Amino acid sequence: MADGEMTGAEMVIKALLDQGVDVIFGYPGGAVLPIYDALFQQNSLRHILVRHEAGAVHAAEGYARSTGKVGVVLVTSGPGATNCVTGLTDALMDSIPVVCLTGQVPTHLIGNDAFQEADTVGITRPCTKHNYLIKHIDDLSRIIHEAFYVAKAGRPGPVVVDIPKDIVINEGVYKNHAGAVHRSYQPTVKGDPTHIQQAVELLASAKRPIIYAGGGVINSGPAASQLLTNFAQMTGYPVTLTVMGLGAYPASDPQFLGMLGMHGTYEANMAMAECDVMLAIGSRFDDRITGRLDAFSQGSKKIHVDIDPSSINKNVHVDVPIVGDVGYVLEDMTKFWKSKLRRPDAGAIDAWWKQIDKWRKKNSLAYKNSKKLIKPQYALERLYAQIKERDVYITTEVGQHQMWAAQFLKFEKPNHWMTSGGLGTMGYGLPAAVGVQIAHPDALVIDVAGEASIMMNIQEMSTIAQYRLPVKVFILNNGYMGMVRQWQEFFHGGRYSETYMDSLPDFVKLAESFGAKGLRATKPEEVDDVIAEMIETETAVIVDMVVDPEENVYPMIPAGAAHYEMKLGAGDAVDGQPTEDGMVLV
Amino acid sequence: MVQAKVSARRTKGGRSAQGEVVEFGVESHTIAVIVDNEAGVLARVIGLFSGRGYNIDSLTVAEVDVADHLSRITVVTSGTPMIIEQIKAQLNRLVPVHKVTDLTTEGPHVERELALIKVTGSGEKRVESLRIAEIFRARVVDSTNNSFVFEMTGAPSKIYAFINLMVPLGLVDVSRTGVVAISRGAEPF
Repeated sequence: MADGEMTGAEMVIKALLDQGVDVIFGYPGGAVLPIYDALFQQNSLRHILVRHEAGAVHAAEGYARSTGKVGVVLVTSGPGATNCVTGLTDALMDSIPVVCLTGQVPTHLIGNDAFQEADTVGITRPCTKHNYLIKHIDDLSRIIHEAFYVAKAGRPGPVVVDIPKDIVINEGVYKNHAGAVHRSYQPTVKGDPTHIQQAVELLASAKRPIIYAGGGVINSGPAASQLLTNFAQMTGYPVTLTVMGLGAYPASDPQFLGMLGMHGTYEANMAMAECDVMLAIGSRFDDRITGRLDAFSQGSKKIHVDIDPSSINKNVHVDVPIVGDVGYVLEDMTKFWKSKLRRPDAGAIDAWWKQIDKWRKKNSLAYKNSKKLIKPQYALERLYAQIKERDVYITTEVGQHQMWAAQFLKFEKPNHWMTSGGLGTMGYGLPAAVGVQIAHPDALVIDVAGEASIMMNIQEMSTIAQYRLPVKVFILNNGYMGMVRQWQEFFHGGRYSETYMDSLPDFVKLAESFGAKGLRATKPEEVDDVIAEMIETETAVIVDMVVDPEENVYPMIPAGAAHYEMKLGAGDAVDGQPTEDGMVLV
Repeated sequence: MVQAKVSARRTKGGRSAQGEVVEFGVESHTIAVIVDNEAGVLARVIGLFSGRGYNIDSLTVAEVDVADHLSRITVVTSGTPMIIEQIKAQLNRLVPVHKVTDLTTEGPHVERELALIKVTGSGEKRVESLRIAEIFRARVVDSTNNSFVFEMTGAPSKIYAFINLMVPLGLVDVSRTGVVAISRGAEPF
């Protein structure tokens, strides 16, 4: 516990170091010059200069999701802070722990429309878990430590600390508050034993059980994923994962039914519809999963394990709610299960698996390959074949490529899959890949992108060049904003309004202009070699994989449909106009 | 004495204590929230309600514990039971919130509001308004040749009833504080 007189800027750095931070992502500006000056004069805290503040927040998110640590951002006042809003909203929706330090004009100028002033606390209030404006140097060290606590405790989320410039110039006494607990905010982590026992009883008596796990398992830490795997294998029950939960259960295991939801596998969605006991663990019954709420899994009893009590009974009524950290709850559930005398009905479970196998035979992820055009699914299958033996991390942008990546790339461990699930932010993948590569310098990091999404934060190629990050950008280039075009094809009579990506850059030349290697494949026979070359190249690479422009993602639960009403292919195409309720859904 | 409809709190359709028509299944709840008295907390609570589309029928806030810097926010909100549960859960997960108490479900409680009511008139109407004010135990805090300002404290339904009676007698303006509430008995909420 080191106390001492120092400037506010030095306190910021000391507080970050005391919290175990070793790298921050940021962009300087007038209001944070003193902090950058203090950064320059030390060597323990590393700073990664991005090229847009949105990139800083997404990089911090990628860093946080791939390591389990809190991601840290440092930006200036006014436009620096407002540029973070998208990233902060993304972190809030996906429950990623991020601490964002924003500069602010001096305290006596606040409210005066000063140069580069913005009401950061007011603007970020709805899009952060909590935020602070530091009014006095004596509060600085306490608040920064509290920000880390709030970002990590309970359901993780983003926290903004707004620091006026006069505070960082002033001198004060630093106090190390690392490890201090907040006086009122103390989320429950241990589940209620009565409810846990009820849940285990229900599961043991199930004839058609399903385990539906999500991002909360990843947030709880790698141990939680291991506990989930052990629990599932002990019970022999089928497991499905949301897009945010991929990796929590090994994808190659036969008990894994694939991802569920709007673009999930047929067997996963049908199992959710026909089950009699559903264990929702670290997931939140998002509308992509449930489809039409009044038709969602009508006949089943639901157990919901979540650390956030406001998540429980929000969309879907559950029978056994358990508030707690999924790691602790799984431990207790495993103990109760082992101590029980009653065993599951082996005959019924066997029959359930036979039904699931019948659904699996639909082979819902099948696609018609082509000898002339590269199919995006084929490109991802070939990518997976070449990366599966490696220590690889995947980030994605948002859209069709993201769904295909979720369907065709398989994850055996958590923290290797970074995607924007809740907010669906295009432009997430490239800066997130920066964050992941910084955290894992020797790993293979691949951003699976669409040509529309990659343009949103393309400036981060400069960051990649500066720090010599060997990030691989794998663009599935179909010349359209794919997912939007798919919806326009199904729901708006094929009127492709503003979804054609005109005037795209030559991605190979673009890569070279940033000092990276550019590769292109236009024919199926070129795919394997391009992928191999991408992996073997020691520098950054952009791969322009030119794919079939009008391929659609299947299966699909159309907007407004029930979650068992999946369209499985072009033959099964969405006919006529959807209902009015369906048309208003995103 | 005119009896106002005090059916309010758990109306399944009908009129609330404030007098508005309430839909079927929608209930009115009075929720007390103890929060840190720090800048922006009220904005945070109101932002929560507006951001998620919940109703605020009335809201009052004041510091209640100087030593510990705590304030009490009393909100009257309405919604289906599932929405009310969501509101309480969402309030509970705000970092500066210490305690959320739903006075409507916890048990008997006292609700009071203060109103200043301005009535203009002369002759018979003026006398009648004064007589009714006496019956309701409202005090006259301002008086001119042709106007009165009445100050009244009471349950929201009583205030609503008084205002209704003043309308034909020359009601000009009303200023209300909103509801404060506290539980009956020894429990500290």
